[in-house]
Amino acid sequence: MRLWLPFAVSAGSLLAIASFVGAGWDAPPVETTQTGYRGTGMYLSQDIENQAALKAASTVPEAPWEADPEGDRAGDIYENVQVLGDLSDDQFNQFMASITAWVSPEEGCNYCHNPENMASDELYQKVVSRRMIQMTQAINVDWQAHVAATGVTCYTCHRGQNIPAEVWSRDLSPKPASAATLVRGGQNVVAENAGRTSMPQNALEAYLLNDTPIRVTPLTALPSGNNPTGVKETEQTWALMMHMSESLGVNCTTCHNSRAFNDWDQSPPQRVTAWHGIRMTRDLNMSYMEGLSPVLPDNRKGPEGDVLKVGCATCHNGVQKPLYGVSMLKDYLDSLARKGPADVPDYDSYEPGETLRLGATPALPGNGKLAANASPAVQGN
Amino acid sequence: MALLSFERKYRVRGGTLIGGDLFDFWVGPFYVGFFGVTTAFFSALGTALIVYGAALGPTWNIWRISIAPPDLSYGLALAPLMEGGLWQIITICALGAFISWALREVEICRKLGIGYHVPFAFSFAIFAYATLVVFRPLLLGAWGHGFPYGIFSHLDWVSNVGYQYLHFHYNPAHMIAVSFFFTTTLALALHGGLILSASNPGESRDEPGKQAEVKTPEYEDTFFRDIIGYSIGTLGIHRLGLILALNAGFWSAVCIVISGPFWNKGWPQWWSWWLDLPIWS
Repeated sequence: MRLWLPFAVSAGSLLAIASFVGAGWDAPPVETTQTGYRGTGMYLSQDIENQAALKAASTVPEAPWEADPEGDRAGDIYENVQVLGDLSDDQFNQFMASITAWVSPEEGCNYCHNPENMASDELYQKVVSRRMIQMTQAINVDWQAHVAATGVTCYTCHRGQNIPAEVWSRDLSPKPASAATLVRGGQNVVAENAGRTSMPQNALEAYLLNDTPIRVTPLTALPSGNNPTGVKETEQTWALMMHMSESLGVNCTTCHNSRAFNDWDQSPPQRVTAWHGIRMTRDLNMSYMEGLSPVLPDNRKGPEGDVLKVGCATCHNGVQKPLYGVSMLKDYLDSLARKGPADVPDYDSYEPGETLRLGATPALPGNGKLAANASPAVQGN
Repeated sequence: MALLSFERKYRVRGGTLIGGDLFDFWVGPFYVGFFGVTTAFFSALGTALIVYGAALGPTWNIWRISIAPPDLSYGLALAPLMEGGLWQIITICALGAFISWALREVEICRKLGIGYHVPFAFSFAIFAYATLVVFRPLLLGAWGHGFPYGIFSHLDWVSNVGYQYLHFHYNPAHMIAVSFFFTTTLALALHGGLILSASNPGESRDEPGKQAEVKTPEYEDTFFRDIIGYSIGTLGIHRLGLILALNAGFWSAVCIVISGPFWNKGWPQWWSWWLDLPIWS
């Protein structure tokens, strides 16, 4: 009997139904913003329902109270306050209340502190959060080219969770079945960090941890020998761009006029902000996240054993300006908008229960190397 | 131009859709008809407006002349002439000219007593154009979503609109459309090659130095039966060609009308329904 026809028709119908029901189509009307001259196709169309959901998820918690900057310094009152010692007692407690609400609202103070001895560093969370406070201060001071005066707080990424929802780590899944498929360059599998495309799945490692050159557009019509980039490098760059677009809920034309991706003169100014963002993220991963590797337990690392790292989505969470541009920093100017001691302890010698002092080793070699002082047009990548 | 003796048989009065005998005549080889007049009117006016827009624009460089649609802020309203109004009138002229041309084809079909396959096919091209500059802008709520009328500028528009969805090759309807376009050219090349091979058989094997006889469709059918086990036949190949070509145009229209009105993320993300099928996820 010829059964292939009913089988084929049934399979086709099922797939068609699945693609209609499962894909999450959006119905008009659509919200569109024009970002370029009329008729150039520089538009950003957004799903109105999605935007409403994102807005609802991006409400900003108020500061628990307005802190009094006067009075004794926290460093003089409490033991082992290594970074925030310059705050007043009230500011310090206000910040501690806030950070608890931001990062461990369910576990409370005990997520980082031993309630018997608040000064103790015996919980790794306390060591990590000290470093994260340094990182937040560095972002707000050194990376204003990206975060502007809006700045960031712990909440920008954490949003009430111990680990921010959008982090990434090395992705080697699914494991290749045999030798022939071993060399796949991260391609032809679902790249969860690259917009679920089949493009290189570890592009973030190349660009947001290492400083692999991103630029692939040749400036001459024919290969002249000094631009070795090919399709492979281009796909990897595209994978990074996918991550950036998905992270911000925008499209390629937010930063580029696709008629000349490379040309800064034709690009919207957002590209400059994004350029600094790439450098900032590299710095955060290289100088802060990687260094914490000896401190973090295995259940706080990715499946390949590397630390969870920062990507664009970590702060942005699908929104072009995190938290729709509302600045929480204004309530925490003394704690997060200026740098305290920036030294790095020797994390390799970390033993739970022992206090690590800042400055035991010189700062990591990568620290500050990528500072945002060069203009994007003259510096490579 | 002289009327060939046998053409009298085909040049009959009547069959017009509108206007009766008015304009029911030929100018040289061309049938005029009411819709020939409207075609000429809309094309002349539209072209003149493009030239007018170019004259007021910054360049006479043929590649760079561009008549752009209005800003999105005008929504579905009329815009001032130099701020997209020209584009709106030119769009009306273009649709008027294209639809008139299709109706002129219909009138000729009626005169000849043949089917409407040619105007039906042409209507798919009109449909694709109308999808780009009318249906999709209507669904998105602004004429500004139409493409600009310029050689380079419309290519830039295509590029940027594609990149609004991050990777347009993941658009399922685009995949279907591209497949139909390539299959159309494949079918046309095979068909053209087959007809030419049957009608140009080369030197005769029986009588060296002489041309072999032109072969009949049985030879053409046998060629394909031998090579793939099936020949679609002399009429069938034309049905197939028409279906392939019309699908190419139709799915092109689908792939752009779903981009924006019905999908606002990257097209790669659309495939999540496939990646998340309960079979393997």
